[in-house]
Amino acid sequence: MPDDDPILSIEELSAGYGAVTALDRVTMRVPRGAICAVLGANGAGKTTLLRTVSGLKRASSGRVLLDGADVTRLPAERHVHHGLVHVPEGGGVIVELSVEENLRLGGLWRAGRRERAERREEVLELFPRLRERLGAPAATLSGGERQMLALGRALMARPRVLLLDEPSLGLAPMVTRQIMRTLRDLRAAQGLTVVLVEQNARSALAITDHGFVLSQGAVVVSDTSQRLLADDRMRHAYLGF
Amino acid sequence: MNHFIDLTLSGLSSGAVYAALALSLVIIYQATRVVNFAQPALALISVYIAYTVSQATGNYWLGFGAALVTGLVLGAATERLLIRPVHGRSPLNAIIVTLGLLLVLQGVAGMVWSNEPHSFSYPLDYRGRFSASDWFALGSVAAAALLLFALYRFTPLGLRMRAAAFHPEAARLSGVRVGLMLTAGWAIASLIGALAGMLAAPPFIFPNVLDAVFVYAIAAAVVGGLDNPFGALVGGVLIGLCLSYVSGYAGPELTTLAALAILVLVLSVRPDGLFSRPTARKV
Repeated sequence: MPDDDPILSIEELSAGYGAVTALDRVTMRVPRGAICAVLGANGAGKTTLLRTVSGLKRASSGRVLLDGADVTRLPAERHVHHGLVHVPEGGGVIVELSVEENLRLGGLWRAGRRERAERREEVLELFPRLRERLGAPAATLSGGERQMLALGRALMARPRVLLLDEPSLGLAPMVTRQIMRTLRDLRAAQGLTVVLVEQNARSALAITDHGFVLSQGAVVVSDTSQRLLADDRMRHAYLGF
Repeated sequence: MNHFIDLTLSGLSSGAVYAALALSLVIIYQATRVVNFAQPALALISVYIAYTVSQATGNYWLGFGAALVTGLVLGAATERLLIRPVHGRSPLNAIIVTLGLLLVLQGVAGMVWSNEPHSFSYPLDYRGRFSASDWFALGSVAAAALLLFALYRFTPLGLRMRAAAFHPEAARLSGVRVGLMLTAGWAIASLIGALAGMLAAPPFIFPNVLDAVFVYAIAAAVVGGLDNPFGALVGGVLIGLCLSYVSGYAGPELTTLAALAILVLVLSVRPDGLFSRPTARKV
């Protein structure tokens, strides 16, 4: 992988819960415009990795560089200013708010009113289903619509790097495919970089360029998705298929 | 019939005060799951400041403004200095802190302004049936409620505050400074509490003047559903009216008992209050 100018660079990142080490000196370089998968068994540290990168969890050591800027110690609410947005597991849609309000929330940190309106149009363009449900309480959305709303809210912030935690969890394959297609289009149009965590390694590798395999909090393999899919030994050892 | 109208009107005006105080409890409960038992004490200090300012300047309205500002500042300070350090653990810790603050502030008020009652004037003329002061109570609480609604519903600050209250983590990921929103919530709640205090205190002010009002306000908030601002308003007016009828037809000594009876009745039929939203079970 070309790593001369990564947009997201994770260096020797460690984090833990009390005495338990969840991340053990993880190093990853994510190239600009790549769509990467973070794979691994339950408890391998995938979610912790995303939470530590986005500032929800404090790193015990190591650094996270976003386009060269050190964001390791920034509180989570500042990351959006640096162009990094994290969509947590389940999407983090606020069910007490309406669809419209959820979207608005995503763009609030940006001052320009006109820019926000443009963003909103773009997002609704991407997910026409959301336009139909704008006034509805987010609680009434289906699982697929919720994931679209979560993604739409994240895109309102016009991120450069998008962290997605299990975007396909509990969704129909067709919805998952649509979401993945959207991400690819965004990459082509805006150079969006995506890091997604997936439980289902086979389908994740089928749609990503690059895969990182975590085991017990450490990166054990990093390779192109194609080669990872073809490598039987590695698949049996870490991915269980 | 005339008696009934009298009772209804006086019930409405005292109900407005309960509603305001209940609203201030609900705003904080919604955001932090803490029942702020220090609310009457924060209001009390605000009213005493108003008393001092009015005495010094001879102008009631300067005191009124001072009370609102004091409420705002005290609420923000309480959240920042006392609640923030214990927040994130069990809400019980924060509740104990507010109880402690209640005792301390009432003690301080007694030390500074003495435990003797001082006479404290009504905002406007208070004579007659549904006086100007009653109108003022009703109008100012309605205005406060409308402003609050508009703030929550139509402003970016309100959206941030609601997001922070409902789902702090998602709010943070959208760039909302959740801590700041909690401070803002306490400040606004305490401002409304100060308004309630200004309306409830006359004709006398002493350290325990708001205790009874606070008990009814808690009843109102619980009846309405602790996490619903609209419920707090309806609950306040409901309690005000019921207590007024009970006191008028059955005797004033029964009002406290009646409040308890309403509480028991409502909670046995709807344990979460009249207007609480059904909550999804957390899995």
